[in-house]
Parts: sequence; C-alpha cells; structure tokens
Amino acid sequence: MNRAITLWRLASLAVAAGFIALWQLIADLKLVSPVFLPGPDRAWAALLRGFSSGGLSSKLIGTLEHMAYGWLTASIVGVAIGAMIGSSRAMRTYVAPSLEFLRPLPVSAIIPVAIAMLGLTQGMALFVIAFGAIWPIILATIHGFAAVEPRLYEMTRSLQMSRLAVIFKIALPSASPDILAGMRLSLTVALILSVVCEILAGLDGLGHWVLLSARSFRSADLFAGVILLGITGYATSLAMAVAEHRLLKWQRAGH
Amino acid sequence: MTIDRIKPLLLPLTALVALEAWARAAHLQSDSLAPPSAIVAALIGALADCSIPSATRDTLFSAFAGLAIGGIVGLALGIAFGIFEVLDRLMEVTVEAIRPIPSIALLPIALIALGFGYRMEIVIVAFACIWPMLILSRAAVRGIEPRLTEVSRALRLPPAQRVWKIIIPAALPRIFIAFRLSAGIALIVAVTVEIAINPLGLGAGIMMAQQALRPDLMLAYLVWIGVIGYGLNVLLIIAQHRLFGRAALSGDSA
Repeated sequence: MNRAITLWRLASLAVAAGFIALWQLIADLKLVSPVFLPGPDRAWAALLRGFSSGGLSSKLIGTLEHMAYGWLTASIVGVAIGAMIGSSRAMRTYVAPSLEFLRPLPVSAIIPVAIAMLGLTQGMALFVIAFGAIWPIILATIHGFAAVEPRLYEMTRSLQMSRLAVIFKIALPSASPDILAGMRLSLTVALILSVVCEILAGLDGLGHWVLLSARSFRSADLFAGVILLGITGYATSLAMAVAEHRLLKWQRAGH
Repeated sequence: MTIDRIKPLLLPLTALVALEAWARAAHLQSDSLAPPSAIVAALIGALADCSIPSATRDTLFSAFAGLAIGGIVGLALGIAFGIFEVLDRLMEVTVEAIRPIPSIALLPIALIALGFGYRMEIVIVAFACIWPMLILSRAAVRGIEPRLTEVSRALRLPPAQRVWKIIIPAALPRIFIAFRLSAGIALIVAVTVEIAINPLGLGAGIMMAQQALRPDLMLAYLVWIGVIGYGLNVLLIIAQHRLFGRAALSGDSA
C-alpha cells in the first residue's frame, strides 16, 4: 500500500517536472516575450543569486516577521474575544450579529483607514494583518464554544465552576479543533495582507521585492520572489497542519 | 418578538450615537475619522454624483468576469479530477505547488504583462477563484451517490452525457456552495488589487479619498464596500435556498 503511494507521488512529481520542462521550452522558443516570462533556469538562478548576495533572505525574513506578528496578535486577541462572546449568552445576542455583518467585508478595505490613522508604518501593517486575520479565529472560537457537548456545561453547573474555570478547563480544550482550523485559515489571510501592505507602504519584504522587480522589468527576480512566496504559503500551512496534528493527538486518543 | 429583533441592532446604534456625540463635543478635526452624519452625507453625495455607482460597476465587472473565468476553469478541472482519480493523483504535486501562491503575488506579473486596467485584475481574480472551485467541486463529484454512477454505467451513457445528465445535476447543490464562496473571494481579491495598485473601482476610490484627506468620503466608501459584500453574500444565500432548498444544506456540513 505504502509502495503504491510512493509510486503515485513519483509519477505526480514527474508530471510536475514535465510542466516545468514545458515552461522551459516555451521560454527558450520565446513564444512569450522573455521580458514577461523568464525560463525556470533564469528564475532559479535569480533565486540563488538573491540569496547569496543577501538581499532576498532579509526580504523573506521581513515578510515572515510581518506575518508572524500580525497572526500571533490576531490569534491571542481573537481567541480572547471569541471566548468572551462564546461563553456569554448576552454577548451572543448583542454582539455576534454585528460580527456577522462585518464578516463579508473585504478586509483590505480597512487599509486606507489604517494608513490615514497610522501612516505608512510597520504599525499600520501590523494592525491591518491582525485585523484581517482575526475574523476567522473569532468566528471559529464562537462556533467551537457553541458546539461543546451540552452535558459538559451541565456538569460544570453542578460542580459550581467559575466562568473562567469553565472557559479554560472545558470550553477551550473542546473548541481547540475549531480554533486551530480558524488559525490555519487566517494564516493565508496574514500572508496576503503582508504582501499588500509591503507593496503599498514599501516595507521591507517580498511584496516590496516583487513590485520593485516588476517596475524595473527584472522578470527573473520577479518570478524568484513569487516562487518564494508560494514556498512560504506552502511551508507555513504545512507547519500549521503538523502542529494541529500534534496538538490534537489527545482528542483522538480518547475515542 | 420585536424586542428580540432590536437587540442585535443595539450595539451598532449605540456606537454610532456615541461616535457622533463625541465628534460634535470635541469639534473633531481629523484625517482619519469623521462623524457618522458626515459619512452619510458623503455617501449620499457620492451616490448622487455617480462616482460610487460607476466605481461599483467597475469592481463588480472585474470580480464577476474573473469569477466566471476562474470558476469555469476550476469547475472543469474539479469535475475531471473527481471522475478520473488517475488524473487527480498525477496532477497532485503540480496543483499543490501552484495553489499556495498568494493570488496577490501575481499582481506584479500581471502588471508587467497586461498593464493597468480590467484585464490584469480579472486574471488575478480568476487565479484566486480556480482553487476553491476545483477543490469543492472535486469533493462534490466524489460525494455523488455511487448508485447514480452505476445507473449511468448500466444505461451505457457516453461520457459527455454522463457528465451532463448525472454528475452535474447530482453535484449541483454543492457546486453552488463553491460558487458562493468563490464569489466572496472574487470581490475581496478585486478590491484588494484595486487598493494595492489598480487605478479603478471601489478600491481606487477609497484610496483616492484617503489621499485627498477626506475621511468622511473614505469611510463612506468603506461602509459602501461593506454593504456590497454583505448584499452579495445575502443574495447568494437566498438564491441557494430558493434553488436547492434542503439539498444544499447537506453540503454545508461537508
């Protein structure tokens, strides 16, 4: 069985390699102007050159920092707000509908407001990323709190546990799969908003790198940046999946 | 009953009244905030002079054109991957390599290849819409009642008819949910592209209002974008219930 999976993987890798070869062929035959489309060889060379001459790694770190700070802030504040709303009936009737109304708002629309308040600064980027990434986490936490087995809540009442104890001992652990799923969603949002903020505010990061490369028509550098952004997206969501798997091990063990 | 309906409105109304009172008491002079009354006035003004309606048209046009292209490509791939598992397995690495690229990272590529304007925005929106459509419609096709597939085999339907008569109708409720989610994404991506770089539509409008130091107009745009996002979502949910009723609910949980 395992061997079959490895074989399929290899076949799938071969198909991907085929597509890269096709890309190389298109670039070599100059079917698309090399100004727009560098071959994979040139993009790869640009990627290595960018790292060896130092520019690209600091940009990558810049983007990762924006993402991480905004996302962590959103996670902490989002779980706190979600727990507050989810654990109180009054908050659910008064506050939750307003959140439902705000949810479909394209979060990037907050960027001009943030620029007007905070200027083109790191603080603006942090605010925008955290604001955008917080929604999936808040909603997931509320949902997780609502889906807790009712008998557990009955038990806390008969034990006369305090509200804080109920949140930390019962609600948060049973809502953790929902919360982690929300955090994974907001990771993607955080990456996108990091790139947008870097493009707009000229902050040190991959967004700035790809924009500058595009402006000066250095398409190989541009593709190197886009490839790196793809790798970042893939690596962060993979890391999150692994963390989710580890953190939720106890839950599967119980059943 | 009526009191229950008012409750959710209480918080936003109080916030608005408080903001208005504070702005008047403090004689607010700001580049980033405006009293709600000024925002409403700016919104009515911009609606009347057609700047917001025409910006809305530009944004929605780009979002829907991108949604149509990306949706059809994603749907076709999703159905193909759903029917032919071999194809799905062979394309796995390729799809997993392209999918995590944030749609907005394509912006500079689209910019040098297509320049400013509708086309560049439509391409980026289309790219963003392919993935949810592909993954959800693939799952929808996989989730089809196996007996239906057996029926089509027993009837010896040719492949094209099998897709058209069995697979698409059976998977349609869940495909519509994928469409609804993609429509939301299309609007978000369109506005984001406009805010980041593209000088058209609502996103460019809100950026111009900010740069012109018109907080009232900027916040009016923000409110309007919120209304559009909310309205689109509500419309699609109503359409989903009207068209599919209970059938669509079964897919929501999946």
